[in-house]
Amino acid sequence: MDNKSSSPWVRILVVATLITMLVDLYLIFEFAPTERAMGHVQRIFYFHVPSAWVAFLAFFIVFIGSVGYLWKRDRKYDMIAHSAAEIGVLFATLVMITGPIWGRPVWNTWWEWSPRLTLFLVLWFIYIAYMMLRSFVEGEERSARFAAVFGIVGFVDVPIVHLSIRLWRDIHPSPVIAGGDGSGLHPDMKITFFFSLFTFTLLFFWLLVQRLRLEKSTVATSELKKQIAY
Amino acid sequence: MSAVFVILWKDLLSEFRTKEMVLSMLVFSLMVAVIFNFSFPPGSEFIQQAAPGILWMTLVFASLLGMNRSFVYEVDKGCMQGLMLAPVNRTAIYLSKLLVNFIFITIVELVVLPLFSVFFKLEVLHVAGQLALIMFLGTLGFTIIGTLFSAISVNTKTREVMLPILHFPVSIPIIICSVQATTAVLQEQGWQVLWGWCKLIVVFDIIFLIVAYFTFEFIIEE
Amino acid sequence: MSDSIASGSQTAAIKVHGLSKTFGNQFALRKIDFELPPGEFLTIFGPNGAGKTTLIRILSTLTHASSGEVEMGGIVPSKEPDKIRRQIGVIGHQTYLYENLTAEENLKFYGRLYGVTDLDQKIATIIASVGLRLRRRDCVRTFSRGMQQRLAIARALLHEPTILLLDEPYTGLDQHAAEMLSGWLRELRSSQRTTLMVTHDLERGIDLADRIAILKKGRIVFYEKRENVDRSNFKQTYYKLVGDEQNTA
Repeated sequence: MDNKSSSPWVRILVVATLITMLVDLYLIFEFAPTERAMGHVQRIFYFHVPSAWVAFLAFFIVFIGSVGYLWKRDRKYDMIAHSAAEIGVLFATLVMITGPIWGRPVWNTWWEWSPRLTLFLVLWFIYIAYMMLRSFVEGEERSARFAAVFGIVGFVDVPIVHLSIRLWRDIHPSPVIAGGDGSGLHPDMKITFFFSLFTFTLLFFWLLVQRLRLEKSTVATSELKKQIAY
Repeated sequence: MSAVFVILWKDLLSEFRTKEMVLSMLVFSLMVAVIFNFSFPPGSEFIQQAAPGILWMTLVFASLLGMNRSFVYEVDKGCMQGLMLAPVNRTAIYLSKLLVNFIFITIVELVVLPLFSVFFKLEVLHVAGQLALIMFLGTLGFTIIGTLFSAISVNTKTREVMLPILHFPVSIPIIICSVQATTAVLQEQGWQVLWGWCKLIVVFDIIFLIVAYFTFEFIIEE
Repeated sequence: MSDSIASGSQTAAIKVHGLSKTFGNQFALRKIDFELPPGEFLTIFGPNGAGKTTLIRILSTLTHASSGEVEMGGIVPSKEPDKIRRQIGVIGHQTYLYENLTAEENLKFYGRLYGVTDLDQKIATIIASVGLRLRRRDCVRTFSRGMQQRLAIARALLHEPTILLLDEPYTGLDQHAAEMLSGWLRELRSSQRTTLMVTHDLERGIDLADRIAILKKGRIVFYEKRENVDRSNFKQTYYKLVGDEQNTA
């Protein structure tokens, strides 16, 4: 394994992430106007939706990494898939925490079986299962192989779950939910929202790089151990 | 003779001797159906509305129990290696196991469904054909997923637990559609609604079958 | 099988060149080279973790090599796996038998998978020759370990393979069954079948071999014809070569 501490690109990424995060906080809490109907709680929207986007991005990268691993049999792809899955589960969890915090004062209920929230719940289960599978299989190569298959099936499942939940909700319509995302947003809100998306994407890649480095050093130490003990 | 049918013959013969899978699935699903009955107040009307959901949950639970066993004999005595050493296409192994599971689960359904309709006071005779179609498509769907995942779970430390954990989240779409289609039939919502759901199950079945077909090889190779 | 030793002009039954297998950064096999002429019996010794099973698994098409070439009877396994699978019989420490099927049914199953012709007759012959004729209608579950291993041999030979791969075939056998297996392998050897056996059982391995090899940490460190090996101090040679392994492993 290469042992270089951090390439210039990683350092640039770290600095850029930190700066945009600070700017984003300012935009969210100072720059963006307060929503008239919902009040300050609406600001959680700038965390909620970007988290959902990052979770999707992460699960897509799990899929890419899984296909790459089965195709090339390079450990690197498996590490990417594994790292992305962990970060994806983290952000999916954030979606499901911020959702009810937003929903409680607005819809007057902690949990609403809305298509999006339900989709995230199912996604969360799929990738929790992915993580459990990894830890319950013995042998690194085998665990990578099984996880890759599940990573592919799981991701193919996403649009299928989405579609079936949508149709299921159509049959049993829920009370009309106030405050659809993106519809008729104040321009300043739009700026804040898109900046937030950008910030979260940077944060995701920074986390991915960090997680990959951690994985690499884990592998390196376990291999050193093997060599010494062997 | 094609390898799919050779393996199918072997599995049917073995099951005929032990009756392990079919019997355990059968007894289990009848028990679950009865226990669900106790979760409603006696004489409740609501039970009929909930019946499609209960029926499918019962069947999925029972089939997971059965499918868990489908690769156990292959793995425990190293027979999987014996199969891999033979000049047999790897996907033939998947297809034969899929057929085996599907046949066993269908046998169970043929017994459970009439009893279920008696327990839950459902009128099913006049819609038997439509129900059979839904049962066929839905069962095929979760068997396609279950067969793929049982090849994974049989190689994990916690076999029995792993299969449901992998299977449930992925098969949610199939379960939603099957339950809705069954509801449509029992509440006589018309052909249009039924056909809408069935079309969806067919599409899902095909997608999952394609994915399973291409990924199975990666599970069993070493 | 006496004058076919000269390698080169004669096509070898098993030809392995520069074969390597890695798991992650770990080498299981490192650039292995050897040739085995048709009809000969090669025994490969080695301690646990030397790469013996990996070698068998590559030769029997169960796994792919990371690099290097294998050729068996003029066929490249990675290119025509099904063709080579028909030529290979494998006896491992597992029997590959289904416990709920009878001896006959097990053979019928594998025979059909291999597309064996005149199956019923061949099964009758082979089942008699492993001495299981009276038990042929009984479920394998009721068989002793020795009987199961005999049936496993019948299973491996049913499709008349030209190459036999044996992976620690003595594992789990009692003294009597092990002797029977040796007798069997001796009989098979005289029938012009190329055999490769990996084992750590020095005594039995030498008895049967035409050639002897020692595998250590994924490398072949010893490769000799049987007649050039002094049996009385082979044990010393072996321990000297693999030596330190025995203390730590």
